[in-house]
Amino acid sequence: MALEDKENIIDQPEVLRHKMVTIEIAGKKYEVPEGITIIKALWYSGQEVVRGAGCLGGFCGACAAYYRTKDDPKVRTCLACQMAVQDGMSITMMPPFPARKATYDIQTLKDPKQDLFNLYPEAPLCRNCNACTEACPQKIDVREGVWKAVFGDFKSVSEMFMDCVMCGMCTPVCIADIAPNLVALYVSRAQGAHFTEKPLGLDTRIKEIQDGRFNDEWAKILKMSEKELADHCATVK
Amino acid sequence: MDIHALQQIVHQTRDARRKQTLPKFSPADRDQLIHKYHPDFRERAYRPIRFGPNAGDKTVVELATLLEGDSPIADGFDLTPDYTTDVLVVGGGGAGCAAALHARAAGAKVILATKLRLGDSNSVMAQGGMQISVAPEDSPVTHFLDTLKGGHMQNDHQLLKVMVEEGPSIAKWLLGLGVLFDRDGDGNLHVKKGGGSSKPRLLTCSDYTGLEIMRVLKDEVLNQNIQLLEFCAAVELTSDEKGNCSGAIFKDLDNHRDVVVAAKSVILATGGIGRLHIQGFPTSNHYGATGDGLCLAYRLGAKLMHIDTFQYHPTGAVYPEQLIGALVTEGIRSEGGHLVNAKGERFVNELDTRDVVSSSIIRECEEGRGIRTMSGRIGVWLDTPLLDVAQGPGTMEKHFPAMMLQFERFGIDISKDPVLIYPTLHYQNGGVKIDTNSETDVKNLFVAGEASGGLHGRNRLMGNSLLDLMVFGKRSGLTAAARAASMPQGKLTVGHLKGFRSEAKKHGSASGVVSPMILPPYTRKE
Repeated sequence: MALEDKENIIDQPEVLRHKMVTIEIAGKKYEVPEGITIIKALWYSGQEVVRGAGCLGGFCGACAAYYRTKDDPKVRTCLACQMAVQDGMSITMMPPFPARKATYDIQTLKDPKQDLFNLYPEAPLCRNCNACTEACPQKIDVREGVWKAVFGDFKSVSEMFMDCVMCGMCTPVCIADIAPNLVALYVSRAQGAHFTEKPLGLDTRIKEIQDGRFNDEWAKILKMSEKELADHCATVK
Repeated sequence: MDIHALQQIVHQTRDARRKQTLPKFSPADRDQLIHKYHPDFRERAYRPIRFGPNAGDKTVVELATLLEGDSPIADGFDLTPDYTTDVLVVGGGGAGCAAALHARAAGAKVILATKLRLGDSNSVMAQGGMQISVAPEDSPVTHFLDTLKGGHMQNDHQLLKVMVEEGPSIAKWLLGLGVLFDRDGDGNLHVKKGGGSSKPRLLTCSDYTGLEIMRVLKDEVLNQNIQLLEFCAAVELTSDEKGNCSGAIFKDLDNHRDVVVAAKSVILATGGIGRLHIQGFPTSNHYGATGDGLCLAYRLGAKLMHIDTFQYHPTGAVYPEQLIGALVTEGIRSEGGHLVNAKGERFVNELDTRDVVSSSIIRECEEGRGIRTMSGRIGVWLDTPLLDVAQGPGTMEKHFPAMMLQFERFGIDISKDPVLIYPTLHYQNGGVKIDTNSETDVKNLFVAGEASGGLHGRNRLMGNSLLDLMVFGKRSGLTAAARAASMPQGKLTVGHLKGFRSEAKKHGSASGVVSPMILPPYTRKE
């Protein structure tokens, strides 16, 4: 590394003054470096992680966890691969929760908005406690989404839940036994399969391929020598 | 210095940079840059594989060691099947789900086994989109040529032709399942321009394309009642008397028992190798990306190809420490985000191919124009605030909600402050050699998705992975299902290990490790 220019170095106080903090994992105390993610803290404290880690990038929802910071009574939720530990933090990984998923054939539904009430009859029983919204680590207004689903505004639900990583933290807190993430998934799929315009350009392209519109071009290209092909590629801008 | 002080140069030079257009490198300059700076050309990171189907071929030391690794299965292992099926899919990401769904739809009995949960994969993290030539001014042929150019002309033409031609029907299948691709005002699919592509061709679901597709496919796997074996890691394949594949042996990671599955066909959809951290690189890959499928297929005699080439995604996060290696989506560069060195200068056309952009970032850093962190990392800036400046406030939030949220968790607003990035190990360009039905040199053994090789040549084009998964997942699933009705279940043996072990012995018992790795050894031992 040729760079000796001290000007272009970012301060990282946490790296300079490497500090250990005490955290509690499932009720047991461990000393771990401050600022590492909860998943890394599990590894650091010697635990083999099989359940509770997935993409490690905040997208798969495998590492849903509960945590509480020092002296704060509020228990919060997070994705453990995306949350840094701090002194006095208490953490427990969320166990898999046995929520009921309805099964359906999305393509043959006759009346998807009405079918919602057959597939998830508990959906309209929301008692507005808002616990699901508070539990969502993706900051989705889950309660609002459940109501919109019930009122048939499938489009809004599909937009609101695009961030949903299916961690399922909205489910154990629901006093009406709704699994909002599963309801939203059904609603989003129904929106896509039944209430979204068919893209005409796509059908045109599929037909063009079936009808062999590109066959001459293919024949020409696949006959080319390596050199000819490379030259031809260079002309594509 | 304080990070905000260092970021000032990015803000100060923005207006001037916006007036600039940077040409792409000439082919000769590209080659020179890549040979000098791309990690694929670091000789000392490579060694020849000593035996097996690719004896003498070079690959990175980390992978060679695992390929030469011994099987955990001893002679005399009890191979009485616990389950019997037509099609056994190993891996629960995009390719695995697609394979399972198509095989099931064709009437086969399917088991899907995965070492983590259904859906835990790289697919779920794909943000950039999926390349399919749907626009009127585009065509499958242009898609073919762009990909070939990006792959340094090394792509298997037949595989590639199949992929680009089947793309549009894949889009239709996904739409029918309810995937919400972004649309234009007229209802047509919205397409974005991706690095290395001559036409806008990326279908997207904001920056959650992989997540949206995987949510739907997972749900569909459950709706179709496909039998799942979760937390079951494949540790060996079985072969019949002729050496054809006939099933697999798993380790149940919950109770540590062995599970034997007899299958008429096996589809390996086990993904890539990011968690091997080759050459010490951080990775954007998921927890299970340890190349297990490569080891299993290799021991059974399947040939690998292009396993000396890997993709380093240009923009992996370097700061904050918690996000190291995490991807900052290419979509930001597609929408005009600049790469900026410590002097406030652009140094590459941001929409060049991934290998070129990564090499140029490494060049800037090695020649002293990088920004360092106190934890010893180095990077350059990605000017994310530029998007709001150019396209109006709220653009970042609207187009890249996933990215915004990821940094917001650490108190960073990337619509206001640029992000420090450096290439991160992202993708295995090569893998197990397959034919157009996704079958390997070993009969009844299929490989689909990142674990396969040939399609992408020596550099995968952005957005081609999601399509690869869907097309070859489908082809493997349909071929395996079609074969099931007319064939008997082969005998289960581990006869192939005899030959493999004697070869290993000839070469000094090879690497002395047991493979596959299953999960990276991150747990601290004291």
